[in-house]
Amino acid sequence: MHLHKYEKWWLVFGCGTLVAFLIILGVGAFHNGTHPNNSKKVINYEKVDEIAPFNNPGVHKVEGKEWDYEVVIVASAFYYDPPEIVVPLGAKVKFTATTKDVIHGFQAAGTNINMMLEPGYISEYIAEMNQAGEYLIVCNEYCGTGHTAMHSMLKVVDENATGIN
Amino acid sequence: MQQASIKNVAPKDAKLAMANIYVAFIALLLGGLAGLLQVLVRSGEFTIPGGIKIGYYQVLTVHGILLGLILTTFFILGFQIAAVSRTAGPLTDKQRNIGWIGFWLMVLGTAMASTMVLLNKATVLYTFYAPLKAHWIFYLGLTLVVVGSWLLCVPQFMKYFQWKKENPGQTSPLLTYMAFVNSLLWVTCSLGVAVSVLFQLLPWSLGLITRVDVLLTRTLFWYFGHALVYFWLLPAYMAWYAIVPKIVGGKIFSDSLARFSFILFLLFSFPVGIHHQLTEPGIDGFWKFVQVTLTFFVIIPSLMTAFSMFATFELRGRELGGKGVLGWFKKLPWGDARFLLPFIGMLAFIPGGAGGIVNASYQMNQLIHNTIWVTGHFHLTVATTVILTFFGVAFFLIPHLTGRVLTPALNKLGIYVGILWAIGMSIMSLSMHVVGLMGAPRRSDYSTYGGAEQAAEWIPYAIAQAVGGTILFVAIIIVTYIVIQLAFFAPKGHEEFPVAEVAPGAEKTPAILENFKFWGVIVAALIIFAYTMPIIDILRNSPLGSTGFTPW
Repeated sequence: MHLHKYEKWWLVFGCGTLVAFLIILGVGAFHNGTHPNNSKKVINYEKVDEIAPFNNPGVHKVEGKEWDYEVVIVASAFYYDPPEIVVPLGAKVKFTATTKDVIHGFQAAGTNINMMLEPGYISEYIAEMNQAGEYLIVCNEYCGTGHTAMHSMLKVVDENATGIN
Repeated sequence: MQQASIKNVAPKDAKLAMANIYVAFIALLLGGLAGLLQVLVRSGEFTIPGGIKIGYYQVLTVHGILLGLILTTFFILGFQIAAVSRTAGPLTDKQRNIGWIGFWLMVLGTAMASTMVLLNKATVLYTFYAPLKAHWIFYLGLTLVVVGSWLLCVPQFMKYFQWKKENPGQTSPLLTYMAFVNSLLWVTCSLGVAVSVLFQLLPWSLGLITRVDVLLTRTLFWYFGHALVYFWLLPAYMAWYAIVPKIVGGKIFSDSLARFSFILFLLFSFPVGIHHQLTEPGIDGFWKFVQVTLTFFVIIPSLMTAFSMFATFELRGRELGGKGVLGWFKKLPWGDARFLLPFIGMLAFIPGGAGGIVNASYQMNQLIHNTIWVTGHFHLTVATTVILTFFGVAFFLIPHLTGRVLTPALNKLGIYVGILWAIGMSIMSLSMHVVGLMGAPRRSDYSTYGGAEQAAEWIPYAIAQAVGGTILFVAIIIVTYIVIQLAFFAPKGHEEFPVAEVAPGAEKTPAILENFKFWGVIVAALIIFAYTMPIIDILRNSPLGSTGFTPW
């Protein structure tokens, strides 16, 4: 099959940029560890309230782990437990979440924290809280009539700033 | 050669093609109306009047199903039937009758599914993700649409093989070949959703099985769902490669390149669906990345297409006396709606394709997954690139099939549609992209999210979407008017179905491009490679299945 000279250049350039882009993604993922939620842990979605850690949703400080806080979230139509998450600036936080019914989303707007919560599976994501502020958590997968009533708030607080203890 | 003697779609085939096209444009009007209601409601400035008992998510379900599944499938199959009849010769009675059975099954299925949505028994959006559980009639209706569409593919397959048999050793007509490849792609991808519906969702909704594997149904859906977007796109490429060059007065840049790009789409449409599932649990990161890599391969045929298009335009522009670096550009037929609309579609595919690369980029997907950025993305690709090309095709195809002509006045209205669409979609899609980056979710009713500061920042963008969406709806009304005129009222006459010829002196197309046994083996190998391990993982690692919910 005959390819025009310019077309060869164009394809070499185009494919070259694709390869370069893939390498950046691959190094970012497999060398720097910036994976999305890839958890393969399963759970009985009908008994979420009885199974640790979901029997105790909320923010928990932990010691001796790669992260400083564990945030445990239980999603159900149309509610997140806890309805508010407060963590200090600079903390490394592991989010662990699951759903008791349909598929929900868990996204902190304006951050990389964005994962699907599916019945029977536990979703996990580790993030560093490197910017103080309030981040609205929204359900971003349609879950029924009350879909937009389903939200929470992630508050990253600077404990050294004046006015906050 | 035989195809040189065929200039028209045979009258009986024209009826079958037109039947499909009527349904497509009815779906466009109703689905467009649903889109208008959505952007208005989401802006917060408008509520659906209390007397009308229809909710936002029902409207959203109607919009997605009518435009994403019904408009596209009916138009594509009608166009392809016409293209095959035009280039490979009239269908036999047997072939055409199979097509008619398919058409009526699709109509019946559409009516069943739509009725359930309007009765609020299937407010599950067009993706119908389990464990949202719709009425069984909804799933059965969708099944009939898919089975019917297969029966409309059958005459295309039969005609292709018949032509090959009657013309041994010759290269098949390009449009027939492309219709064949796209039909093959459609049947292969819709097998995934058929398995999901027939073995999981339909028996589950009937109460024959109590639980479904949620992740399995999603994975089967997206095996189908991503190839689906190429099923939409390839008919546009058919028009770009084989019809638009004739409209501008040029030749096909390269017949073998056109066919090769279609083969690449066939190969890489299937083993990539998991790039829609990058943020979900239960699928290994390694296999997600494998499918991300394969997704990047499917960009190559689009790069090839972009080159071919602009090469054709430049060659023709220079032939007409265009000088200098860009002088040829002015020589193109800007006043011809059959050219202008597909051209605007091509331009939209540049940001559309670039955005698509972002979406498929593994960890980068986290920033935009399920935000309204994604909605902005596919309103550039399917709702601009594809649909404007379809409009451009409809402007000659409908009068060709009904024995009428595209008058200068209707052509001018067509130009306005292109301009309105470009303006409306720029406003709507750009605001969707921007506010999506800020985190605004897709598929969501108007909400202040408890007075959150971020949610307040999203509202002006929702108002911009309403402005853009309203302009688009005006364009849809004009298109509907043009279609009615072309179908029933335009002056009788002969409108050409333009089919471009290969540039003189072009090399013969390699026979390997028509060896579908060979390509079929590679397609199967790629699917098996990309999906075996993820599916085994899903089955082996499977949690307790879901009984189903109807939270609407």
